[in-house]
Amino acid sequence: MDPVAAKYIGAGLAAIGMGAAAIGVGTIFGNFLSGALRNPSAADGQFGRAFIGAALAEGLGIFAFLVAILLLFVMK
Amino acid sequence: MAAEAEPTIDPIHQFNITRYIDLHIGSFDVSFTNAALFMLVVLAAICFLMIYGTSRRSLVPGRLQAAAEMAYEFVASTVRSSVGTEGMQFFPFVFSLFMFVLFANLIGLIPYTFTVTSQIVVTGALALLVIGTVIVYGVYRNGAHFLNLFVPSGVSPVLLPFIVLIEIISFLSRPLSLAVRLFANMLAGHITLKVFGGFVAALLAAGGWAVLAPLPLAGTVVLTAFELLVAFLQAYVFAILTCVYLNDALHPGH
Repeated sequence: MDPVAAKYIGAGLAAIGMGAAAIGVGTIFGNFLSGALRNPSAADGQFGRAFIGAALAEGLGIFAFLVAILLLFVMK
Repeated sequence: MAAEAEPTIDPIHQFNITRYIDLHIGSFDVSFTNAALFMLVVLAAICFLMIYGTSRRSLVPGRLQAAAEMAYEFVASTVRSSVGTEGMQFFPFVFSLFMFVLFANLIGLIPYTFTVTSQIVVTGALALLVIGTVIVYGVYRNGAHFLNLFVPSGVSPVLLPFIVLIEIISFLSRPLSLAVRLFANMLAGHITLKVFGGFVAALLAAGGWAVLAPLPLAGTVVLTAFELLVAFLQAYVFAILTCVYLNDALHPGH
């Protein structure tokens, strides 16, 4: 296979990982919201934790993004 | 993508570093660049808000004073709730990090400015500063007990080696994810804005298709609002993760 083509296909495959991270972040905020609607008085105290979870889930998607960026712009 | 069809629009160009004043000390390149200039702008904006905003100290705060007080209260309550009152010794550190990241993100959203936090060397330096503080303070305060961080209590002996391995890997990936999260969010957001802007220009140049040009323009407006949210959110995430890691340094037992 042409190395340049392989590079672009690899970057596209790495981008799938970001979709997986989107599922993770969506699950966290969806569950946070459903919990918050059941008990709104306790929601404010857990706000920070929801963001910590989202940041951690997002971090793994960011690694996929990093792989894509490295493939596109760093690998010659 | 329009950015590729239209060779004049290069979404990466906005991140180029240009030297304003060439300076070399020994083999080090310490030139005054656009990144350095915008870091000074960020610093000046923060100093203006905090010093001028709190200079009058009226009982009923004006807009600037209210903004300064809100930022202070917000970070203080974040630190207090996630690290506890003894973590308040780190409040100046977390507050400086939060304000620097927030202002760098916000100033970067103004067209024709340079986003300092879209350079991984800046976010990497900030992340290493955080992790360095955590390790140095954790070892200084707890000595060898700091290693308890990697050994959660109540795990069966069979699983323990794997858990320790996972804990070590997750600790090592912290500075990486802290740096790359901020960098990638800023980079991706600004590239998206540029690409959507490129759609507008490309459609306007494409004859009859110009009637569709308001659609990506509206998209750019919505995305700019979204980026405003992301700019604040990433500063908050950076600050709260710093708090979580500092909490590990203060209380290494799980």
